[in-house]
Amino acid sequence: MRHLLSAADLGLDEAVLVLDTAAQMAATQAREIKKLPTLRGRTVVNLFFEDSTRTRISFETAAKRLSADVINFSAKGSSVSKGESLKDTALTLQAMGADAVVIRHQASGAPHTLAHAGWTHGAVVNAGDGMHQHPTQALLDAYTLRRHLVGDGGRADVTGRDLSGAHVAVVGDVLHSRVARSNVQLLRTLGARVTLVAPPTLVPVGVHAWPAEVSYDLDDVLATGPDAVMMLRVQRERMSSAGGGFFPSPLEYTRNYGLDARRLAMLPDHAVVLHPGPMNRGLEISADAADSPRAVIVEQVANGVAVRMAVLYLLLAGGDTARGDAPAGRTADHQERTDVRTDETRTHA
Amino acid sequence: MSTSTPTSGPGRPAPDAEPTATGTTVLGPDDVGRALTRIAHEIVERNKGVDDVVLLGIPTRGLPLARRLAQRLAQVEHADAADLVGSLDVTMHRDDLAHQPTRTIGETFVPGDGIDGKVVVLVDDVLYSGRTIRAALDAISDLGRPRAVQLAVLVDRGHRELPIRADYVGKNLPTATAERVRVLLAETDGDDRVVIEGGTR
Repeated sequence: MRHLLSAADLGLDEAVLVLDTAAQMAATQAREIKKLPTLRGRTVVNLFFEDSTRTRISFETAAKRLSADVINFSAKGSSVSKGESLKDTALTLQAMGADAVVIRHQASGAPHTLAHAGWTHGAVVNAGDGMHQHPTQALLDAYTLRRHLVGDGGRADVTGRDLSGAHVAVVGDVLHSRVARSNVQLLRTLGARVTLVAPPTLVPVGVHAWPAEVSYDLDDVLATGPDAVMMLRVQRERMSSAGGGFFPSPLEYTRNYGLDARRLAMLPDHAVVLHPGPMNRGLEISADAADSPRAVIVEQVANGVAVRMAVLYLLLAGGDTARGDAPAGRTADHQERTDVRTDETRTHA
Repeated sequence: MSTSTPTSGPGRPAPDAEPTATGTTVLGPDDVGRALTRIAHEIVERNKGVDDVVLLGIPTRGLPLARRLAQRLAQVEHADAADLVGSLDVTMHRDDLAHQPTRTIGETFVPGDGIDGKVVVLVDDVLYSGRTIRAALDAISDLGRPRAVQLAVLVDRGHRELPIRADYVGKNLPTATAERVRVLLAETDGDDRVVIEGGTR
């Protein structure tokens, strides 16, 4: 793995490796001393052109827990507001020696451009680009789902397991959601079945090509007993006022597609409720559902740090020499034998 | 077998013993078992019992060795073997991460109520440069503050790069750096054996 740009880049083995690594990272986060020396001396730049709370803090926490140096860059208050291009910003960061660039950008494909244009030598991690991809969110959702659906809430060992057999309903603003796009691909890779539920106006054109079923009726889908329901945020900043013609009114959206106490009661006992946040309480999810014991929304945030630690570890820990050249050292001085007894204190054997 | 001729220089293969694909077997199943039994008794003797002893195996092969040592300690001192064993993954504390392909991170767990005030016995299969043990010492300090740390290894092959030495050694094995010492265990490889591969023995 050189960059993490899209959930589609991950094969089954790679995705399971990230989840297993995240599980070991999560175990270290239960300790009194949470910091690990693994990425000492490496520099991670958080390049955020779009507003974000939890993703930026999550990446910053993950990098710091691995002892990397973190430089936070947000477009507001930087030279971007003076008209600096992505290229010049990237060249500046390269000159400062960034080993990894975590980028969130409003333009779909900006991370891909950054990774492949040769402006930076570091690893590029997509932290959300436009309406395209948000792979670490999909990974943390998959981690949370695996922990609950396969691992019985952390009571069983899930190392090496995927999500085969699970049925996940992804409900809400699929059209604007990069979280949905990444999740559909990753959950499919891990063997889960995905049903997208949305009003017809919020289903993207070309959805028939996605590896997912589509339904317009939430109650119908909940009646089939999905193992998990993932509520998506209605992205009103990407619509004009009052729903922008995507739905008649917020109240009608809530009645047809909101998760409330009645719909929560329809779910099987083992089912969990996810939400990538930030939540519009009262619109796509009611307070009853958001605060219920089967909502794992706060746990998703905690798991996000572990998953991002795993991603940074897998991208950065292996050195440049490990990516192709033979490992250095130890080959030059061969044929030099040890003396008869190697340890002065023991004369066994 | 022990020390072979130090005269065979680089590029000049030893005349008689051309190493086979499986290498030279140095310790068989019985030898491995006897070495572990002896180490177990030494641990009991040195620590006057096993009350405060915690065995931390370093994955992959240190962990099954630690489990076997714990069984022997349990037999000798009538303790519960499961309460004696933990696992200590040192991957994230290594100093050679940047020079190796990315390593998979193993499991870390400590038995019972942690390692504070205990005597930790690190268990690994082969002691070579000492760098793994250095990483393990760092990893231990993240878990707590043991009263003492001791080191048990099945094979000490020399070539230390750091001032580290083992307290309990199954077998001292003089080697050349070009050779490779592999410890095979029933739990991971189906068979107990210590094999030397490569080099010009």
